[in-house]
Amino acid sequence: MLLKVNLRSAGYDGENILEDIRFELPLGRILAVIGPNGSGKTTLIRAMSGVLPRVQGELFVNSTDLISADDAQRARLIAVVPQSTQIPPAFRVEEAIMMGRTPHLNWLGKSNGEDREIVRRTMEMADVTRLRERLCGELSAGESQRVILARALAQDTPVLLMDEPTSHLDLRYQVEFLELALRLAVENGKTVLAAIHDLNLAARFSDEVLALKDGRTAALGRTDEVLNAAAIERIYRLPVEVFTAPSSRQRVIIPS
Amino acid sequence: MKTFARSLLWLSALLLAAAVLSVGVGSVFIPPGEALKTLWGALRGAPPASESEQIQRVILMTLRLPRTLLMALTGAALAASGSAYQGLFRNPLADPYLIGAASGAGLGAVAALTIRYPSSPTSYLAVPLASFLGALLSVLLVYRLARVGRTLPVTNLILAGVAVSSFATALTSFLMINASGELRRALVWLLGGSTLSSWKPLVGQIPYTLLGCAGLLALAYRLNVLQLGDEQAQQLGIHVARDRTLVVMAATLATASAVAFSGIIGFVGLIVPHILRRTSGGDMRRLLPLSMVGGAVFLVCADILARVLMAPQELPVGIITALCGAPFFLILLRRSKKGLW
Repeated sequence: MLLKVNLRSAGYDGENILEDIRFELPLGRILAVIGPNGSGKTTLIRAMSGVLPRVQGELFVNSTDLISADDAQRARLIAVVPQSTQIPPAFRVEEAIMMGRTPHLNWLGKSNGEDREIVRRTMEMADVTRLRERLCGELSAGESQRVILARALAQDTPVLLMDEPTSHLDLRYQVEFLELALRLAVENGKTVLAAIHDLNLAARFSDEVLALKDGRTAALGRTDEVLNAAAIERIYRLPVEVFTAPSSRQRVIIPS
Repeated sequence: MKTFARSLLWLSALLLAAAVLSVGVGSVFIPPGEALKTLWGALRGAPPASESEQIQRVILMTLRLPRTLLMALTGAALAASGSAYQGLFRNPLADPYLIGAASGAGLGAVAALTIRYPSSPTSYLAVPLASFLGALLSVLLVYRLARVGRTLPVTNLILAGVAVSSFATALTSFLMINASGELRRALVWLLGGSTLSSWKPLVGQIPYTLLGCAGLLALAYRLNVLQLGDEQAQQLGIHVARDRTLVVMAATLATASAVAFSGIIGFVGLIVPHILRRTSGGDMRRLLPLSMVGGAVFLVCADILARVLMAPQELPVGIITALCGAPFFLILLRRSKKGLW
């Protein structure tokens, strides 16, 4: 068992956003978190990465309790690809990605050959090697998103959380981004949790789906079981058609 | 790394040249070569060769050298704290002067001076401490006023900075009007006139400036990661609240040390880091040391101008930096939408 989440409640002082979220995710799996706007997807990621002021419950990666862990310890186990694509503009791409090594570096941030090798590899994975000397302020939103992914990969954690990671990407990079996540899960045994709006991408790339509604679990289970017309209609209050694409045999969901 | 070493070397050479020129400039002009020879003789403790060298030696050692060193130290402190504030607030316009730190420090210093003036030994201890407290209070106030939820909009930061600065300046003026004649000298000091040319203020300033600058250098990498914003910095394992407090303390100490002994000198912390960030990037581990040397060069040069422009009359150096800085600030403000901080 790798990732075990049992949140009784989480939110801000005096305001509960999430209640009773429970799931377990074994090694190398991809969980898509879906749900309408404001259903608590981002809050779940913030709760799991330790930046939410109030979290009650249990959160285990392997046998480490993340709720009582300190920030550096947590950052060696969980990396986050945030929704925002803002990177300090005066840093070069390679420097920005090296910041992903922060939880492994000393106080002054001195990197060694191993750190540089990891950064080199993650730049290749995220297809940003040719941008390495560019200033972050000159990147497009899609390029920034891939740089931030590379940074999260450089953090070298068993668990990767992604908040709408494809929102700024074009069609090709949306697919490539999630294919990379899939490859990392399968080949490197990373556990990936991604909040995704696009149900078709969720259907294509995830093993399991957690559907949230009003901060509570609306559905949880294997992707092909959860993403059916009745469940989606119930969660989004919108009638949909679900069918299988003729040549790729993939599940397609469209509003009817 | 190589370019960093080269830039640091160039700036240091520039600083040396500016310093040699600076000790020569004044009512008695001493050419750079002669100045160096005289200084070298004085440092070796050799007896002066002639009466004119004796006079030069007195001028250099008791007036010009401490003044030049004071300007260098002040410039370094202001530019370093400017870099740090800009990184911390993620805003290219955060300068110790603009965000109220300098005015707060001025208020603290004048308040301390009103209680005890002129230079008793305790005042060299009390004045910097009081300006540190005044500066800290102003920065916290500006930050609180400007913050909207989790963001710190540029316009709010500037407006809050202007408001707090004006308030602190008004209080300072009030204190000075009510004080006795001796405090008139404080007015000149407040405008950034280094008329206190002697070793005493220099010796007083050194420990505070060194502590502030050393603290900032030690925090340079933390400051890099803090630039990602609170949430992302924490997700990378940074103890955000603690590290940010440490940065504010160190930057404010550096600002206060400069203000307490050299008065309010604006825009050094804005111009110098901005130029260096363009040439050397945003990594604070490079930007902070470069800013320190660059700030020293800038202020020593401004002080030379202050003594030359209206000679024999001396202008407060703060006027020179403001004359260069205000237009620079306006250009920056127009371009700040996509500027590099």
